[in-house]
Amino acid sequence: MSAWTRASVWSAGLAAALLAVVVVSAAIGPVRIPPAEVVKAVLNAVSVPVGVETSSAQTGALTLPKAGLRYASPFAYPIDDVHAQIVVGVRLPRILMAALVGFALAAAGTVMQGFFRNPMADPSIIGVSSGAAVGAVAFIVFPAALSATVTLPLIGAVDVGLSHGAGVSLFAFVGALAAAFGVYAIATRHGRTPVATLLLAGVAVQTFLGAVISYLQLQAGESLRRVVAWLMGHLSGVVWSEVAATAVVVPPLFVLLLVYARDLNVLLLGEEEARGLGIAVERTKRILLGASALITAAGVAFAGIIGFVGLIVPHILRLVVGPDHRVLLPTAALAGGSFLVAADTVARAGSTELPVGIVTAAVGAPFFVYLLVNREVHEL
Amino acid sequence: MSAESTAEGRENGESGDLSPTDTGDDPLVEVADLAVSFGDVPVVSGVDLRVERGELVGLVGPNGAGKTTVIRAIKGALTPDSGQVRLDGEAAGDLSAREAGRRVASVPQETSLAFDFRVRHVVEMGRTPHLGRFDGHSADDDRAVREAMDAAGVARFADRSITAVSGGERQRVLLARALAQGTRALLLDEPTASLDPNHAVRTLELVRDLVDDGRGALAAIHDLDVAARYCDRIVVLANGGVHAAGPPDEVLTADALRAAFDAEAFVGRNPATGTPAVTAFDGVGDRDESSVPARRLHVVGTGRAASRVVARLATDGHELSVGVVPEGDAAAETARDADAEVVAAPPFEPVEAARREAAAALARDADATVAVGRATEDGTGASAGGDRSGPNAAVLAAADRLVEVDADVDGGALLDAVRERDPDAGRPRDA
Repeated sequence: MSAWTRASVWSAGLAAALLAVVVVSAAIGPVRIPPAEVVKAVLNAVSVPVGVETSSAQTGALTLPKAGLRYASPFAYPIDDVHAQIVVGVRLPRILMAALVGFALAAAGTVMQGFFRNPMADPSIIGVSSGAAVGAVAFIVFPAALSATVTLPLIGAVDVGLSHGAGVSLFAFVGALAAAFGVYAIATRHGRTPVATLLLAGVAVQTFLGAVISYLQLQAGESLRRVVAWLMGHLSGVVWSEVAATAVVVPPLFVLLLVYARDLNVLLLGEEEARGLGIAVERTKRILLGASALITAAGVAFAGIIGFVGLIVPHILRLVVGPDHRVLLPTAALAGGSFLVAADTVARAGSTELPVGIVTAAVGAPFFVYLLVNREVHEL
Repeated sequence: MSAESTAEGRENGESGDLSPTDTGDDPLVEVADLAVSFGDVPVVSGVDLRVERGELVGLVGPNGAGKTTVIRAIKGALTPDSGQVRLDGEAAGDLSAREAGRRVASVPQETSLAFDFRVRHVVEMGRTPHLGRFDGHSADDDRAVREAMDAAGVARFADRSITAVSGGERQRVLLARALAQGTRALLLDEPTASLDPNHAVRTLELVRDLVDDGRGALAAIHDLDVAARYCDRIVVLANGGVHAAGPPDEVLTADALRAAFDAEAFVGRNPATGTPAVTAFDGVGDRDESSVPARRLHVVGTGRAASRVVARLATDGHELSVGVVPEGDAAAETARDADAEVVAAPPFEPVEAARREAAAALARDADATVAVGRATEDGTGASAGGDRSGPNAAVLAAADRLVEVDADVDGGALLDAVRERDPDAGRPRDA
């Protein structure tokens, strides 16, 4: 069976699993809603363009035809309005955000482990998470000062009306990319970026940024609670616009990474061998690093630091489907989505909501140990 | 070359991938005035070499001479300080990695594959330079992979994990990967370093076959006998540059090896293959060359014992003559390899007086005559002993100074005896 066929079969199965997890998750909460009703509520919310409608407009003596798309909701199941509102307005954005973030982190983690040929690598290894944390924490601690700095250079003195949440996300995103670029710049000499140097530069920058974060926490005062909550990772209060922003960024980057999956396989042989096999190594590394940094930044910008997804999910899937990135990348990403949705469901299902990062670590690590001890699973 | 080799089906389906710029005349690999350094430490400079179609070029030299460095520079893994590498007529620097990967494939000494890919998958990676970004494996690719695995003998464990095969098997997997790449030029860095004798021979025979079909190969080989046996030409790297280059017969001489390897070596013939066979001895460092002038020595003896004495003395720089020995005796063969004057007689026949006289004259001219195993018996030449005792007695009688050594004499004791340093090692006596 060819690699892409295996990838398709596995991905179809895991996509179905993700869908099931999403539906079950949307059913769980303080208000219990039957899964069937969840599906109906989602279908009711779907509206598709069903055709072109023309109307005539009388403008003076002329009659001009006017065209426009006609939208219709193909489904109209009779369900409870409150339930529909809970599913579509409250739970679904959070669940989809969890799916997207888990998807992004697992994809980036898979790429980083292959890129560094190091099973300890995860998406934060090139400083992305630390950079995001510095950006987000700085904005939480000094919102007024940083709002001014972002509005002034962008559009003069006009206030863009940056909301607090958007400000945190924007600064987290920018901080993530700045840190990643800084690590890359430190490690690059004469157009070559040795992986070992990159790894060490990442450690150095992460350590430094960790000091900055600690200092900012000392200065946080009343906002300390929110700082800690952000650092532990959270998905509460997600709104549709944030989901949309993430959904615009993550899938194209994932496709880009998938296109380079075979190159990533060859890179595992070592850069020298990869070059001998016709891979433009430095360019490929830049693309992989850049796409991974962006997709991770998109993940952490809204959700904060969620550990273990990017480290453990790729490992688990590698034990199951093998190391070929053409299969591993899509399956790990889909499994990462399912995993984070499930973990977030656990996090919000209890009487007190837990930060999801605690759940991912507490659930993921023992499961990973179990797989390590019984590493028998391999072929499809 | 293409017509023949394609007809034989050895091109692994890559004939359709021939680059239009290929004229078929340019050397597959051409290195001109190459200089590489690691930081401030120069490794090689002024390296010129070329690999033509149908040619297997051996790269030999002592450890640290820069064999691997030259190969890595050709691969493009190192940026040379100066000089140029041309692949099939085009400067390697101007080629895309993909195009370079279609022209030259390399077999590294080792691979570091951290994840457990299957052997088949690693070999499939050899097709990378032939695949577009969105291409799947075509029938051609599958055939190239299958043929490469068969040729390198890895088909048997194609579905094992690369992390679960032995070092020798892994080296063959790397060879299969390079073959699957379907290039005309092959670079091999110690391709037999971790192979057992059987697979080492099979690997080199395979490379030899590929080369005979019109490909070209450059192989760093540490075993000089192997290099001499399989290579059309040998390039000796030493002291930061090309020390010698040419056919094995011309390059693998005792003088060249002494200078390149800083070792005393005797270059004989491999009796099985007829190619140069190199035997290295220690002792360059601890000998004061100037105080011991080379001598004219005559050796009397037969069989392996005398052969060893001849080789050792020749390596030490002495001018030798040997005789009378039976024709075809090991000592006679070795003496000829050492350019010694040999008086040989047909075995199982009485020795003619003229031959006896010639040998006696050589012994008379020599500074000393060395009698191995008391010049009469060492077990191997017993059948000819009766005929020999007469002539050799006359030869020994003609010697100015006679040095008798045992058949199993130690190399150092032999040299000392000849040099008259240690009277206990040999027993000089007046004739």
